[in-house]
Amino acid sequence: MSILKIDGVTKRYSNHTALDNVSFEIPAGCIFGLLGPNGAGKTSLIRIITQITGADSGEVYFKGERLKPNHIKDIGYLPEERGLYKKMKVGEQLLYLAQLKGLSKQEATARIKEWVDRFEIKEWLGKNIEDLSKGMQQKVQFIATVMHEPALIILDEPFSGFDPINANLIKDEILRLRDRGATIIFSTHRMESVEELCDYIALINRAHKVLDGPVKEIKDAYKTDTFQVIGNGQLLVTSPDFEVLEQHESHGVFRANVKLLNNTSPNNLLAYLIQRVEVHSFVELVPSINDIFIRKVTETHHA
Amino acid sequence: MHKIWLIIQREYLTRVRKKSFIIMTLLTPLLLAAFMVIPAWLVTISDSAETVMVLDETGLFADKLEDKKDLKYVPLAGSLDQAKTVYQETDYTALLYIPKAFDINKPDGVIIYSKKNTSLQTQVRLENALEKEIENQRFVASGMDRSTLEKMKANISLTAVSISDEGEKDNNAVVTSIAGVAGAVIIYFFIFLYGVQIMRGVIEEKTNRIIEVMISSVKPFQLMMGKIVGIAAVGLTQFLLWIVLSLVVVGGVQSVFGVKPPPTPLEQMASGRNAELGEDVDTDEATQAQEESEAAKMVSEGMTAFSNLPIGLILVCFLFYFLGGYLLYGSLFGAIGAAVDNETDTQQFMFPITIPLIISFIMSYTLVLKNPDGPVAFWMSIIPLTSPIVMMVRVPFGVPAWELLLSMALLVLGFIFTTWIAARIYRVGILMYGKKINYKELSKWLFYRV
Repeated sequence: MSILKIDGVTKRYSNHTALDNVSFEIPAGCIFGLLGPNGAGKTSLIRIITQITGADSGEVYFKGERLKPNHIKDIGYLPEERGLYKKMKVGEQLLYLAQLKGLSKQEATARIKEWVDRFEIKEWLGKNIEDLSKGMQQKVQFIATVMHEPALIILDEPFSGFDPINANLIKDEILRLRDRGATIIFSTHRMESVEELCDYIALINRAHKVLDGPVKEIKDAYKTDTFQVIGNGQLLVTSPDFEVLEQHESHGVFRANVKLLNNTSPNNLLAYLIQRVEVHSFVELVPSINDIFIRKVTETHHA
Repeated sequence: MHKIWLIIQREYLTRVRKKSFIIMTLLTPLLLAAFMVIPAWLVTISDSAETVMVLDETGLFADKLEDKKDLKYVPLAGSLDQAKTVYQETDYTALLYIPKAFDINKPDGVIIYSKKNTSLQTQVRLENALEKEIENQRFVASGMDRSTLEKMKANISLTAVSISDEGEKDNNAVVTSIAGVAGAVIIYFFIFLYGVQIMRGVIEEKTNRIIEVMISSVKPFQLMMGKIVGIAAVGLTQFLLWIVLSLVVVGGVQSVFGVKPPPTPLEQMASGRNAELGEDVDTDEATQAQEESEAAKMVSEGMTAFSNLPIGLILVCFLFYFLGGYLLYGSLFGAIGAAVDNETDTQQFMFPITIPLIISFIMSYTLVLKNPDGPVAFWMSIIPLTSPIVMMVRVPFGVPAWELLLSMALLVLGFIFTTWIAARIYRVGILMYGKKINYKELSKWLFYRV
């Protein structure tokens, strides 16, 4: 079942169109990548989902219902531009933001304690936000985003500003939240950064959805049956079933990209190679989301 | 509603807990007390024992000038030049010279020489002392009893009370003006001080970039109204604390420094009368008491005039225009904060907001006071942008009920309208960064669909 359904959403500003008839669905309990270059319309779409702005036309359905103010408490949003009240204490700030999301004071206090223990940041509670480092502030903001245990968590450029250690910590938390049933939307222009995490993606470019679906299916669809082979010896392919796209050789070590033709299986290629050269590495070249995006965008441009 | 309440609480608590708020709130009454105590204290030190040399060539006042606790006389003999030389060598306050030609029937030519300028107080006291002595001698000369005169004087003073009924109108106008202008001034400063705080608060949320988090939880309108109401509560708290603390501090100062509270007019009247009637009362004190009683009369007339004012109506109007004016301007200040990225960009938008405020402030104690029922006063007290200040000045003079009701109704409509405009600018502006905004752009925002 889909937790969110975007149905023909269009949003225009005075001099440009931010979203043009965008539709897709986000299945519950997955990690969903909302990908696209800067200015593609990702933030506009997120602002519609978080009810900061409204769509000019089209509808958004949350758990099958039209989006309404009551849904705000089920959505957690970490904006790209992070920010907290600088002169407010961490504890008070978390309490305030949680209460605004509809938690009672007791509930909020209990959750804060839980999160503070998990991140081992108890001693921060009495400090003003401005006295924390940027990374610490990001952690506090992450807690504020997920503290009310929303069913849908929207993270805009989630890993910017985190060092690798904290980025991993946040990654683990995100996976844990997913395992507990939450749906997570990643919005980013750095596609490689979330590729491994996402189960589903939607690509947006210039206000249009370019493509969407499960990552595996998309990748399969864009596979070119090309394998990279590294080994010792003189590679000379003469079979009509294989085509060498690229080949380099130095100091007796070769590296070649070979494409399978005529529905030949990779095993055939391997068997063919083994008879002729010493194989050190045999890897399928899977297109990255980035590659797929570029291909798709150039395709649509030329079309 | 629950969320607005949370926002109000936060806006209120963070501000009230700020050091600057606490310091301002505590310091202002202390400064007030200082203004009250320091001049009084300065007077007491400068008062310490003054000595005046007296060169009396007539011999009329030879030993008639009585020493007082803080004013002593030293008689001299010889010529004026000699006396001057002697005086130069001492550190006495002054040299009083009564020339030979002095005649009690034509009391001229008395001179005070002093190294520094003689204080007005000393001069008046010396004049009083001489006057009394001259009067005494005139009584003796004309064979009249002084106490008879004192009784007559009291009679005259009684007629003066009836005359002052005529003067009450004058007094009343002053008191009425003060009551009106005081209300207008407070409203003016409140709008300015706390309106700017609203603007700063919005800019802070924008520059801190917390705004997006906030409006994914609450409606922009809730955030704006919560801020406006919260800051209004801060302002009211501050005013209330100022009043309470001032009373406490003034009371404390009085008991510690022995500065007497001003006696009630009636007490003063009574004591003044006693002093005048009493024969053996020191002239000095009697004069003082007489002056006091005159001051007391003015005060008491002022009090009567004040109690004649429609105080209930003034208070209700004050509260109404205070809140109405604040809400009207507060939302506009909020909108400015939302439209700009930082405080330096606010100038061009502040201008059209401050102009009506300043004009109504200036007008209220010029044209409006002069002619509280004139056309300028009328229109300015009807138009919502100026009415909170101008109407406050007019109310103590008496305003026809329909004018007051029309003005109030328009003010309510006015702030609903400005809040509507402000909310529209606000919801667009708070998410707009790095764009120089002009009026054309702002007017477009009013009709954006968000």
